Amino acid sequence: MAETGTIGDKIFRTVLLIAASTILVIIVAMVAMMVWSSLPTIKQFGLGFLSGSDWQPASDIFGALPFIYGTIVSSVIALIIAVPLSLGIAIFLVEQAPKKIAVPIGFLVELLAAIPSVVYGLWGIFVLAPFIRNYLGAFLQEYFGFIPLFEGRLTGFGMFTGGVILALMVTPIVTAVVRDILEVVPTTQREAALALGATKWETTKIVLGNAASGIAGAIVLGLGRALGETMAITMVIGNSPTISASLFEPAYTIASVLAANFAEATDRLYLSALIEMGLVLFLVTFIVNALAKLLVARVARGSGTAKAT
Amino acid sequence: MKHFTRNFFLTALVFTVALAAACSGDAMGDKTGTTTDSGGDISLTGSGASFPKPIYEKWVNEYQKINPKIKIDYQSKGSGGGQKDISQELVAFGASDDPMKDEDMAKAKGGELLHIPTVLGAVVMTYNLEGVDQSLKLTPEVIADIYLGKIKKWNDPKLAADNPDVKFPDAEITPVYRADSSGTTAVFTDYLSKISPEFNEKITSNKQPNWVKGVGIGGKGNDGVMGQVKNAPNTIGYVEVAFAKENNLPFALIKNKAGNFVEPTIANISAAAAGSVADMPDDMRIQITNADGENAYPISSYTYILVYKEQKDAVKGKALVDFLWWATHDGEKFAAPLHYAPLPEEVVKKVEAKINSITSGGKQLHEGGNAEAKTAGE
Repeated sequence: MAETGTIGDKIFRTVLLIAASTILVIIVAMVAMMVWSSLPTIKQFGLGFLSGSDWQPASDIFGALPFIYGTIVSSVIALIIAVPLSLGIAIFLVEQAPKKIAVPIGFLVELLAAIPSVVYGLWGIFVLAPFIRNYLGAFLQEYFGFIPLFEGRLTGFGMFTGGVILALMVTPIVTAVVRDILEVVPTTQREAALALGATKWETTKIVLGNAASGIAGAIVLGLGRALGETMAITMVIGNSPTISASLFEPAYTIASVLAANFAEATDRLYLSALIEMGLVLFLVTFIVNALAKLLVARVARGSGTAKAT
Repeated sequence: MKHFTRNFFLTALVFTVALAAACSGDAMGDKTGTTTDSGGDISLTGSGASFPKPIYEKWVNEYQKINPKIKIDYQSKGSGGGQKDISQELVAFGASDDPMKDEDMAKAKGGELLHIPTVLGAVVMTYNLEGVDQSLKLTPEVIADIYLGKIKKWNDPKLAADNPDVKFPDAEITPVYRADSSGTTAVFTDYLSKISPEFNEKITSNKQPNWVKGVGIGGKGNDGVMGQVKNAPNTIGYVEVAFAKENNLPFALIKNKAGNFVEPTIANISAAAAGSVADMPDDMRIQITNADGENAYPISSYTYILVYKEQKDAVKGKALVDFLWWATHDGEKFAAPLHYAPLPEEVVKKVEAKINSITSGGKQLHEGGNAEAKTAGE
């Protein structure tokens, strides 16, 4: 960070400085605006806004809990499905598949990542929801219906369908990033492991260990998309602000309620409540990301010792 | 390094302040909404209800052919948005399916707002019931009970009583409602609140009412509701009539005040308007659900254009008034093909009086309207 240097370097540094500071500016400006605009509900409900489970705009009753619940649970379902799936695809592409197959499949994965979410949503309404109602959900209900998770009314529109559609949207992103990370793990490590007599599986385990922090980063990226996804999930989750043990019952997410109602919110308190929801989503994302980062740090340390050998 | 860190935050700070200043500057700026004239053209912006969008677009199109100098732009963003925009004077006219409330009208920045009804629409009940081909007959009491969660199954005796020929399945009913705030919901809940005191108390009459927890699912927009009804068996939902007819959805006959089960035809919707003309107040704000009349379709409603009585810009005001006059007269013939019901004759007379009352600088804007204003004025 020498202060000496040519004029060119100074200009270069200033430009980079401005670029980097925009991130900070955007975050500060957004948080400030959201806090300012949601003051009416913050004053009126305080923390009760977060713990309240009733959402009745017509009566000026606002509680965000069902939406926080819906956002987190649908994202968790998405990750439970998407993480093993994307890891599997990525490992296959990098470690197993011959070039002839890996290249076209990799291309398809990138293609999936570029599909707009409204298309996923339409596909969700017309294909996924009926499929879950008639087959997958019906199967789960028949054999695992004794578990409260799979009880209840099966219309095809609900938390489960929402989670599955999110999983499908998150998978290509996580897959693409994990694939790129695995590709940069030096080939010498694989060769070394194989030379020592390790099986393919053992070699892959070593590669994964070395790529752990990058993989965790990819998952956080996917989680970010799941938490903030709006259009697709609005179309399949059933949009009912209820907290239900059953995954088949309708639910609601923060992003969905914002998308569905923002344009029409004319009442001051209602608008304030919606903006506070945005703030809550911001906080939820922040907390989840922070937790994920902590996890990454732990995993990285763990693999660090492994790497030292 | 420390130096660098300080620099970084300093830059960020300066940036934020500048941004904030720029933002507040913007907010102060553009207030007129109607964009500036360019080359003699007059441009008018309107925004609001999504329900009349097809007819308004048609009008704009046809009107452009006659008056190429007048450019009209209509953005459909919902009734609430239209009310907000006209109150803030961001647009030349707003559009709303449900009449504005007194307290909202009092907040309007540009003075007194007028409600000009343009066409009529209706809300229809659509459903997905496997093996049932004939139109269902529904009473408002039954619809209210379904949305209250009191009628849970299709083979409920109350449903069977009105539909002796229909073989109902022993399946749970899933009612579908609009998750977003909407004029369609306002009309629907206004109707059921008139019929059922319990509905009025629990769900209330509102653009976004308090749906009963654990009953039903929500869809965003007419297409969201349609998507869910089409793809989930044993559902029932409400959508806009034009939307239902465009998409060939099945719809139910509804029992009206006179005791007849009626179809949402254009004639029957107009009948609801005609049956309620006597109740129409001078400011024309009225919900015409559950109207009198043998054939009146009971979930009908007007849709309104909102304009200021006193126009600040005489040239634009004149263009707006001429357009409104044309739309509510010559324009009405485009209504029926797009599944809207045209205004009844008596209402057009009232509309004429309203349009003639629009002024700029105290001068009446509609030309040649004097005679009518005198005879039809209230």
